[in-house]
Amino acid sequence: MTFTPVLSAGWGDADSFTLDGYTRRGGYTALTKALSMDPDALISLVKDSGLRGRGGAGFPTGMKWGFIPQGDGKPHYLVVNADESEPGTCKDIPLMLANPHVLVEGVAIASFAIRASHAFIYVRGEVTHVVRRLQQAVADAYAAGHLGSNIGGSGYDLEVIVHVGAGAYICGEETALLDSLEGYRGQPRLRPPFPATHGLYGAPTVINNVESIASVPSIVLGGAEWFSSMGTEKSKGFTLYSLSGHVKNPGQFEGPLGLTLRQLLDLSGGMREGHTLKFWTPGGSSTPILTAEHLDVPLDYEGVSAAGSMLGTKALQCFDDTTCVVRAVLRWTEFYAHESCGKCTPCREGTYWMVQILQRLEAGEGTEEDLATLLDTCDNIFGRAFCALGDGATSPIVSGIQYFRDEFVAHMTGKGCPFDPVASTVFAGASA
Amino acid sequence: MLTDKTREEARQIIARYPKARSALLPMLHLVQSEEGYVTPEGIALCAEELGLTKAEVGAVATFYTMYRRKPAGTYHVGVCTNTLCAVLGGDAILESLKDHLGIGHNETTEDGTVSLEHIECNAACDFAPVVMVNWEFYDNQTPATARELVDGCRAGTPPAPTRGASSLCTFKQMERVLAGFPDGRAGEGVQAGPPTLVGLKLAQQRGDTAPAYPDGSIPGAETKQDAQ
Repeated sequence: MTFTPVLSAGWGDADSFTLDGYTRRGGYTALTKALSMDPDALISLVKDSGLRGRGGAGFPTGMKWGFIPQGDGKPHYLVVNADESEPGTCKDIPLMLANPHVLVEGVAIASFAIRASHAFIYVRGEVTHVVRRLQQAVADAYAAGHLGSNIGGSGYDLEVIVHVGAGAYICGEETALLDSLEGYRGQPRLRPPFPATHGLYGAPTVINNVESIASVPSIVLGGAEWFSSMGTEKSKGFTLYSLSGHVKNPGQFEGPLGLTLRQLLDLSGGMREGHTLKFWTPGGSSTPILTAEHLDVPLDYEGVSAAGSMLGTKALQCFDDTTCVVRAVLRWTEFYAHESCGKCTPCREGTYWMVQILQRLEAGEGTEEDLATLLDTCDNIFGRAFCALGDGATSPIVSGIQYFRDEFVAHMTGKGCPFDPVASTVFAGASA
Repeated sequence: MLTDKTREEARQIIARYPKARSALLPMLHLVQSEEGYVTPEGIALCAEELGLTKAEVGAVATFYTMYRRKPAGTYHVGVCTNTLCAVLGGDAILESLKDHLGIGHNETTEDGTVSLEHIECNAACDFAPVVMVNWEFYDNQTPATARELVDGCRAGTPPAPTRGASSLCTFKQMERVLAGFPDGRAGEGVQAGPPTLVGLKLAQQRGDTAPAYPDGSIPGAETKQDAQ
């Protein structure tokens, strides 16, 4: 296997986030090239490349662009989903900190392709310095003539607005994000109609993840064949894998889709000394957990799906043998209960009650019937909630019980948690 | 007290958007930059400028966790206790800070310097356990370093963020940035923390690169003209 740094190639430069730093490494040449192309040809190029959404769902990016009705006389909008909040997911934030310009260039190209004259970067609010870097990058791009009126003498005009959220995981859901961007509570919308025809302000809108849009300049420069020479049959291209948890060297790794966790662990130094991998998430907490049995699963959309989970955001959270599964599942469930927007009953009520049951189980006061009730509740949420948050909330519980039922039972028989939480900390053994 | 200046700045925010109501979230950040929380006066200002009722504005303000109903401390401390950070030490850090500061979740010290909350995943899992102060990153914390951090905040001499500006701004100054009024500090601080660069360094050690573009150049390589 080979690592394929494209997005991360310049991150080692101290000035990688500046216009000069990006330009020195070929920044904004893709925009010049794109502006000389026919917008429809750009959409075809991204379709042909096989790029699929990097925000979790894996929907083909070019197809999303192609759904925008052309010549309809309505304004079109591009909205970048930079609301990275899925537990375990930590790729877009360091990307925007280290190189906001590659996102800005991708925004300009994508907006030109879908004939949008307004684009928004919706960034979560809880990252002050990332907001600063985005604001500066957009201002510098305007000053350099990469945004604004008559970009590069092409006659194309684009306004880009950095919009800062205010703390709500649900706003990562694309229709909730649109409501939030319109100044409402961030709650998902009923679909259809889809954002491609009725999005922001009721107009045709494309919503893409940061990494997806940031991948576009390289596709313009390299072409569809270049991009699809990386990855696997149906999962093309390079991507950022985020390794975290009880590993020796957590961090970002850029490689083709289809690497395995075993490869990433072997090359990066493995789990921390004296401990073994117990469970992991392939793509954030909404993707069912996997175990050491799944170390050789190809990390592409099909491979992880065949293993009973989802590729999600490639957020590889690794937990070792010191970690209590019940505690982990409870904490994730508390998260979903906190973040449930309250719009639909299965998610609002279901997540609340699942927290109550899991708290009881963790305290050693649960019963076998509680496990059955949990699974039954999950069954009543999954596929019945208004949006994917509800589905995601069932993932840790169903997969946790599937692989570690004995551990849930041990909490009952032992009347409490058999694990020492100190042993799982990074400062275990040191005086804290 | 909100002044005419705040009202003028609220109008500047409205002018950025194709439709006025889109300005509401940044306007509420602006209110917090003046008041330290979302005050009834701030809600009234937003409602007046956008032609909404106060109830409509209040409904939005109470939906989002960053909007506060009580004043934040000068330094607002958030400890990540989502699963990964919690397991790696976030729970111990939060307990230690509660004990050390004598306050609980969503409370503020009597002197008004530090407010504390447990937060959800802040997208820095490769730097766990993570503490945020005024939404700047303090990576790889322990209970001891977190106590030193809040002691620095209380003394008015907070240490610099790990990945952020070269010194920590106040809660109100931070909110002004989020409202869309840059403070000119984007150039400060590192471009990336060590974990962000682990994969790139490994690729370099192995001599790995992405496939060349059709023109023979390596993606993201320095262009010849500028490298000379």
